[in-house]
This record gives sequence, C-alpha cells and structure tokens, in this order.
Amino acid sequence: MSVDVEAWRGVAQEQDAERTAAEAPDQKATIRLRAASRALLASLLRPHKRALGVLVALLLLQNAAGMAGPWLVQLGIDQGIPPIAGRGDYTLLILLAVAFGAATVGEYATKRGFLALSGRTGQSVLLDLRRRVYDQFQRLSVGFHERYTAGRMISRLSSDMDTISELVDGGIEDLVLAGLSVGSVAVILLWLDPPLALVALLSFPLLVLLSNWFRLASAVAYRRTREKVALVIVHFVESLGGIRAVQAFRREPRNQQIFEKVNEDYRAANLVANRLIAKFSPGIRLVGNVTIAVVLTYGGYRVLHGQMEVGVLAAFLLYLRRFFGPMEELSQFYNTLQSATAALEKLSGVLQEAPDVAEPAAPVPLRDAKGEITFDSVAFSYRPGLVVLPAMDLRVPAGQTVALVGATGAGKSTVAKLVARFYDPTVGTVRIDGVDLRDVSEADLRRTVVMVTQENFLFSGTIAENIAFGRPTATRPEIEEAAAAIGADAFIRNLPDGYDTDVRKRGGRLSAGQRQLVAFARAFLADPAVLILDEATSSLDIPSERLVQRALRTVLTDRTALVIAHRLSTVEIADRVLVIDDGRIIEDGSPTSLVAGGGHYADLHTQWRTSLA
Amino acid sequence: MRPYAALYVWMILAGVVTTALGVALPLIVQRVVDGPVLHGDDRGLFLLGALALALGLVEALLIFIRRWVQANSALRMETSMRDDLYRHLQSLSVSFHDGWQSGQLLSRATTDLAIIRRFLSFGLIFLVLNTATAITVVALLFDLYWPLALVVAASAGPLFWFSQQFTRRYNAAARLMQDQQGDLATVAEESAGGIRLIKAFGRREHMAEKFTRYARDLHDTAVGKALMVSRTWAKFDAVPNVTLAVVLVGGALAVARDRMTVGELVAFVSLQLMLIWPIDALGYIIANAQEAMTAADRFYEVVDTDPAITDRPGAAVLERGDVGGEVRFDNVRFAYPDAPAEVLRGVDLVVRPGETLAIAGVTGAGKSTLVSLVPRLIDADHGRVLLDGRDVRDVTLESLRTVVAVAFEEPILFSMSVRENLTLGRPDATDAEIDEAIDVVQADFVRTLPWGLDTRVGEQGLSLSGGQRQRLALARAVLTRPKVLVLDDPLSALDVHTEALVERALTRVLTGTTAIIVVHRPSTVALADRVAFLSDGVIAGVGTHSELLATNPSYAAVLSAAADDAGELAGEGAR
Repeated sequence: MSVDVEAWRGVAQEQDAERTAAEAPDQKATIRLRAASRALLASLLRPHKRALGVLVALLLLQNAAGMAGPWLVQLGIDQGIPPIAGRGDYTLLILLAVAFGAATVGEYATKRGFLALSGRTGQSVLLDLRRRVYDQFQRLSVGFHERYTAGRMISRLSSDMDTISELVDGGIEDLVLAGLSVGSVAVILLWLDPPLALVALLSFPLLVLLSNWFRLASAVAYRRTREKVALVIVHFVESLGGIRAVQAFRREPRNQQIFEKVNEDYRAANLVANRLIAKFSPGIRLVGNVTIAVVLTYGGYRVLHGQMEVGVLAAFLLYLRRFFGPMEELSQFYNTLQSATAALEKLSGVLQEAPDVAEPAAPVPLRDAKGEITFDSVAFSYRPGLVVLPAMDLRVPAGQTVALVGATGAGKSTVAKLVARFYDPTVGTVRIDGVDLRDVSEADLRRTVVMVTQENFLFSGTIAENIAFGRPTATRPEIEEAAAAIGADAFIRNLPDGYDTDVRKRGGRLSAGQRQLVAFARAFLADPAVLILDEATSSLDIPSERLVQRALRTVLTDRTALVIAHRLSTVEIADRVLVIDDGRIIEDGSPTSLVAGGGHYADLHTQWRTSLA
Repeated sequence: MRPYAALYVWMILAGVVTTALGVALPLIVQRVVDGPVLHGDDRGLFLLGALALALGLVEALLIFIRRWVQANSALRMETSMRDDLYRHLQSLSVSFHDGWQSGQLLSRATTDLAIIRRFLSFGLIFLVLNTATAITVVALLFDLYWPLALVVAASAGPLFWFSQQFTRRYNAAARLMQDQQGDLATVAEESAGGIRLIKAFGRREHMAEKFTRYARDLHDTAVGKALMVSRTWAKFDAVPNVTLAVVLVGGALAVARDRMTVGELVAFVSLQLMLIWPIDALGYIIANAQEAMTAADRFYEVVDTDPAITDRPGAAVLERGDVGGEVRFDNVRFAYPDAPAEVLRGVDLVVRPGETLAIAGVTGAGKSTLVSLVPRLIDADHGRVLLDGRDVRDVTLESLRTVVAVAFEEPILFSMSVRENLTLGRPDATDAEIDEAIDVVQADFVRTLPWGLDTRVGEQGLSLSGGQRQRLALARAVLTRPKVLVLDDPLSALDVHTEALVERALTRVLTGTTAIIVVHRPSTVALADRVAFLSDGVIAGVGTHSELLATNPSYAAVLSAAADDAGELAGEGAR
C-alpha cells in the first residue's frame, strides 16, 4: 500500500464535494445542522403525535409493571414469610404472588403493544424520511448532482437510512426505559431509605458526565464514518459501473488498492467510534459496581446497627442491579442512537440544500406553448472565470428547426441545456413564448421542452416501460406507434419478448444504436412543443438514421427543434443553421444559403461531401 | 474467520471471567446478609465490601479489554470481507455485471456486511456470554436450593419452543427485507445515474412514485417483522417473570419451613434476576443472528459465483515481442444468457497481422459482441478465437489484455485525473508518449483544462462533451501500444473535421498494429484495408469497401454513402 493512492484523483474545483451547503466545516454550521436535524426529527414525528402519546403511556405502564417486581419480592421476604413461619398464614404470600402474576401479564401486554406500535410508527417515519430525501434529490439541480455525485446520493439513500432503521429496529424502548428507570429507581430508593439512597444517587452525576462526554465525542466520530462510507460507495459504484474498461485495461489491481484504502479509512473512522464505546461501556459498569459495593457495605452497616431492615437492603441491591445490569447493552443502543443522529444530520444537510435552479414562487402558466425561444444577452459559465457563452442573443420562432453546428466544446450543448433549464444563465434571460424560464413551473416546462441527449440512459425494465417514460400514461398501442414512427419497431419485435424484453442494467442487452432508437421513441412519445436533440443520432447506422430522419421531417414540422449533430446529413433537415464558435454565433442562415455563402459551414459541407466519397 | 480466532478466544475468555465476576456479586451479598449482618461483625462486613469493590473494578477492566479487542476484530473482519467481495466482483465477467442490479451488489457490500459486523461484535458475543451466564447461574441456583432451581431450569422449555417458532418465520422475512433493500438501492442508483434524463422529461413525480412503491414494499416487510418481534419478545419477557413469581412463593414457603435462610432466598432471587436480561436479549440476538445468516447467504451468493472468464491451468504468457497479430475467428457462436437466439451463428474471419479491418452491419447485428471476444470480455459458446493461431483462452488474461486494447463507443471515464484516465492500461507511460497519444486523437483541449492533465474528469470531476470523452478513451487505447487494437465505433461523436484529423493520425499509428474497427459510417470505413460485413450472425462478405458495395446489395444498403447521398441529392434537387 505504499503506492500513492491520492494523486490519481486529480484536481477539481470542489475538493469537498461531500458537504452540502448546510454543512460547512465550521463550528457554527455544526450547531445549525444539529438544530436542523432536530427540526427534521420533530417534523417527521409530528404526524404521529397520538401514537407517540400511546407509546409513552405503554412505556410508563411497562416500567411500572417491571418496577413492581423487586418491591413485591421485598414485601414477600419481609412481610410474607413471618406469618407463615408464625401462624401458617399464607394469605399475604398468595396475594403477593397474584400481584406478581398481574404485573407479569401487564408487562407482557404493554411490551407487546409497545413493540408493535413502535415498529409501525418507526417504519412509517422511515418511509416518510426516505421519500422526502429522494424527492429533494430529484428537486436539486443537475449542477448539484454533478458536484455531489451519484455515489453519495446512493450512500445517503441506502447506508444512512440503514443506520437510522437500525435504531428503529430495536433498542430505543430500552433506552427510554433506562431513562425512566433512573427517575423511578431514584424515587423508590429515596422512599425505601433516604440516607442509603443519597449514597447510591451519588453515582448519577457521574453517569450524566460520562454520557455527555460520549455523546459529544461520538457525534464527531460518527459524522466521520458517514463521510467515509460514502467514499467507499462512490468508488464501488463507479468502478463496477465501468467494469468493461477496468477489465479491458487490467485496472483491477490498482482499483483494489484504491478500494482497500477507502475501505481502510472507513474502518479507521469506525474504529475511533468503537473505541469510544469501548471506554464508555465499562466506565458505566465501573460506576455501577462501585455503587453496589458501597451500598452493600454501608447498607450492611446500617442493618447491622438496626437502622434498616434486611429486606430493604435486598430490594435496594435488586433495584441497583436492575438499573446497572443491562447498562452495557444499553450503552450499545445509545451508540446506535448516536450513529443514527450523525446520519440524520447528513440527511438534513441534503434537505436544507436550496435548489439553485429553483421552482418559481408564483409561476406564470404556460398552456399550449407555441415554442418560441429567445436568448436575451445570455452569458453562462460553469465556474467563475471560464466563460462558455459570453453574450448570446437569439430568437427562434415557433415551429422552426434549428441546427447547431460547431467544434466539440464550442458551447452547443450548453445552449441546449439552458433551454432545458438544467442551468440558469449567469447573466441575461432565456424565454419561452416570452416568459422567463425562471418563472415557468417545472411541470409546464417539462411538458413543453424535452431533450434527448447522447447519453441514452435506459432504466432496467422492459422496452415498453422505457419508451413510456416519455409519457407514463401512454397505452401500449401508443407506445408501439411511437416506436414504429421512428423505425424502432422492427428490431424490438425481433427481441425475444418484443416490447416486454427486459433491457437489463442500463440497457445492457441492447446495442448503442438500439438504445438510441429507444431514446428517440421515448422523446417522440412525449410530444413536446420544443424538442432538443443533442447528438441523438451519432450511434445509428445509415438505414436507421435514414428512418429517423424521415420520421423527423414529419415529427418536427409543427414544433420547435434544436438539433445538435455532427453529421451534416442530420443538419440538412433544418430550416436554419447556427454555426457556433467559442460560445458565439458566427453564421446564421438556411443550409443552402450558408453553403452558397462560402463561409465556415460551406467548408464543413465540402469536407463532409469528400468524406462520403 | 480463522485469522481472528485468537482474538475471539481473548474476547470470550475476558467475557467468561466477566460473567463469573458478575455472578459472584450476588453470592457476596448472600454472605454479607447471612454472615456479618446476622452476627454483627463490622470487620467482616468491610472486608466483604472491599472484595465486592475489587471484583467490580476487575470486571470493568475486563469489559474494557473485551470491548477494545472486539471493536478491532469485528471491524477488521468486515473490512476484509468487503475487500474480498470487491476483488471478486472485479474478477467476475462483464455478463455477470450486466445481469446483476448494481444496487443488489452494493447492498451486499454495505448493508449486509454491516449486519454481519453487528452480529459479530454484539450478537455473537452476547449469545456466548448470556449462555454462559445462564448456565452458571442455573448451576449456582442448584447449589443453593435445588427444588426451586428445577423450576428455573424448566423455564428453558418454553423459551426453546418460542425461539424455534420465531427463527423459522423471521429468517424468511429477514431475507426478503435484505433483497428489498437491494432493490431500493437499485432504484436510488438508477435515479442518480439517470438524473439528466429524469430532469429532461420532468419525470420527478413518476420516479418518486416508483421509489415510493419500492420503499413501501420494504416498509411493509419491516412492519411485518416488527409485529413478529412484538409477539415473540413479549413472550420471552414473560417467562422469567412467571418463573420469578413461582420461586418467590416457593422460596417463602421454604424459608418459613427453615429449608432455606433469608440470605439464601435473597441470593437466589438476585441470581435469578441476572437471568432476566439474557432472556430478554435472546429475542434480539436471535433476530440479529438470523439477519446475519441471511446476509452471509447473500454475500456468499456473489463470492461463490465462479468467474466465468479466468486463466486456464497452464495458460501461456504472451510476450508482446512475439505477437504477430493475426486474429482468426473460427466458427464462433454466441448467445446472450436467456436470449433464445444466437447473436453469432458461426463466424469465420481472418484478420491479417497489421491489417485494419472494419466490421460493418446493421444496428444490433452483433458487431460489438464479436469484437468483445478478442480481449475476452466475453467468451464464445462454440468455436474459437485465435491470436497467432493460439486460442485466446490458452493465454493468461493479463498478457492477452496487455496485447489487445479496446476503445468502446460509449467512453468510460473514471473520476480521476486526465493523466490517470489516459494511462489506465499503461501506468508507466512517459509524458512524451502521453503527449503523442493526445495529438493522435486531437485532444488538445486537455491542455487548456484548469489544471491541465491533473484536472479531474469523469462523474466527480469536470464534465466533458461526448466527443471529448470519446477521444480520451481512444487515446487510452492508443497509449497502450497494443498489437491488436479493437475500436468499437470510436469516432461517432466527433465532428467531420476532427474525425478526418483523427483518422489521418490513426492511420500513421496503426502501422504494424492489427486493428478491428466497428463502423457505422462510410467515413470511418476509409480507415480500413478491408471490410467484413456481419449479417444474420455470420460474415456475409469480406472485401474492400468498393468491392462490397459492388457485390453485396445488403452491404450497400447499410453503408452506402452513395445511396444515402443519392437520396439527399435528389431531395436537394427537388428543392
């Protein structure tokens, strides 16, 4: 492991992509985040107020039933035995046994009720939290996701959730019961024998101090484990997602090294947390043992000197044991609680993140959009200092098909992404039908503008489901019609289960060209007023491309389209061509006029002609 | 688990001593009550008190040691299991990965291993300790007063019966829940990967519904589990209480009849109270153990999958100097798992050393499948792929993949520096070689990135355009100076101008290298010496581009620029 395992990462703008805006590394942010996670917890629990009330009642009853045991034992020894020994009178003892039986039944019923209700409540809180976090991720902009990365999102939605569900699964009631026990044991002890009780209660401040120390130290430790596990997940997901390249280029040993490094970091973070509990748990036990020894000696002394009954001493010791006995396990649950709290903080960091491409507060309705697009001195840069578009003015009338041409990196895709509002412009305004995109509701915008990218992402599931993503309400005939319209029908029907063929992970069963056809069918089905095609035909073979183009001629007639393509065969279906260079429009006109004009596009056109020969 | 045996012996030893000490305390209490207290012996009382204190200190110390060791060993085991899983996953073939949901693999590496760790560091230890405690306590109880101890021992019967029932049902639920966690992780993974698509179509609600559906399934299973737990744990709790009541009555009677002293009864009851927690925890531990078992099943499902593509025994190591570069497909047949029809139905094809051969065919004809056979990303079902007359399966994977380089149509960049991405297959490449490769693929843009070659690209870095990514992937393949270069439509995202430049440079680099190139466009065909036309799973023709155009009408339909052109020209003419 002596190999340099960090340089490979390279340099990036966001070295600390782990953090959401809410979790800056300073002390204030930590406090803010803790408040936020408490507020989150409160809002999660609010709908379950009644259930919580019942749970508390059940716990109190269970506690009372549990506490009755030692008291009944004491009564039995001190009061029950003498009458039997003296007069052979069993009444009191039988009464006590009956009371004990009732307490047992009570404890059974309350425990069962509590576990069932707390299971239901906990799981429904968990479901609610899962949905909220998922929904928030979906709301956050593409820019956020590029920074935060898929692996971290998965980590938040899986590993962090697991940690919280572990808490819900078991232990919380024991923790609360322990809290209740502290109170009730104190009261009972004081009632039994005040002087001895005061001696026993000296241990409580120590327990409080110890728990406080653990709470603070473990919060830091667990926050760290949450961050480290995310790195493990990020590397796992990304490297296995690219397994083809990993194997083809024999990257396995290096990946293994990197994985073992992040895994080891995660272990180290966990170890810190576990060592805290390794100190905390015996610490509690120590306090308990010392208390018991002291109570035993002092109590024995008092009994010896006739200041106390033997039975009281016995009850005293029983109560203390009951209290300190399961303390070690309880400290384990406390540990779970701390770990879950750290996870909850991470999640509330995500929930606090304000979407940088925000939904308008008062959206301007966009019904039956025509699809006119205007760029009003739009400037854009992905990061400060690197301007992609300096100042773009553009008007695309409704129904026009515009092709964007230019070298890779000229800014064509950026134009497309601004129209689809993946980002908001740094300066200036993008409008659709005269309405600023920032004033259009998400739902209206997506109904109006659809973008097909070169990514061709497919979900695992059937072909039909993937096409229906364009319009989830579509019927099977409509789906097949869309596929037929762009010429995908033939290959789909040839698959083993036709439209019901499972495309497998990321569409792995299909070839790149087939995936592209499915993506096209999906966009076709969505039937938007503005269609953006970003390199959407690059993987198609000539016959498929020809089919797609034929389809496009009809598809694009009554809608606005932005087409980004390197193949001029695709460009030629456009009404208008924009040649973009370095974020500027350097030529603008119909394909034929540009060819005749003898400029940049004319050169490209000539080159393309030659390439065909 | 073997390397940790010593640690576990330590832990269990410390645990057993701790238990013994814990059990000793009530006995001291008994001595105190029956001895000094009854006889008014102050000194004896203080001595016993000091003993209790000393034992208490030792117990806490031992717990500390056990915990400390335990934290170490369980974590180390989890970490090494995860390393093993990852290593194994890397060795499993591409088709394995295509067939498994990534969330299912991930949940094995995280959720399941955490469950196993929890059991090892918590459940297992307490199972051992609690059993030890129970046995010791019961033995001492027999020593104190056997008739009542018999009652206590008998209470194990119903406990056994309850746990039997519980185990059976809980096992199935635990497995179901873990599978559903994997499914949910898959949905999360797909939503993260497809975020742009989801945004582009505004399908937030649709995806939220899908996620909720899976989350609700998980919720339902979890609630079912909770109800199962509530029924059983409450029963577990009731057993020691009922026993206690019986003991109390019986004990009082025994004391009244002078069969027992009061001190003995107090000791008996307080010893018996020591059983409450172990029994109470039994339900939790059983649940924990069941979950760990099903989690381990899931883990081993993957780890026990034999890699389909491995070195044969006695596989030869290829020396790159000795490789001529002739690639021969000999009656190669291949079908994807659970697809009824073969994609390749007997491909025979020879690629001469140093030759550049293009493979053409319609979308989905099996071109990518065919070329994936050469670096053994997949293996043929029948027939052979031969490199210089030697079956590629008789060569070590390591040396084969050193000699054969691939660039995929969908370029895979990792979140690493540009340099690291480029040198993926050749970590020892010099700067001059890297520069040359960058020049070949016209990737000048990397030099203007904010941190040059050290700029992080890929998912967690700077986003590049499709054409830029494709060129980096191509440079990566070129940089390995392979004897056989497999390019799967590597220029599809390039503009015409750049494509021409790359092709010109490639031709120069490809001298002496055998190249197999999947093509879709006539412009890329220009690179090739010959073209093989793949149709219906067989090679339907081999020859130069013009020969095939002339002789093979279906080839002409797929790759004729002229046909394409004619249409376009006609269209233009009409305008």
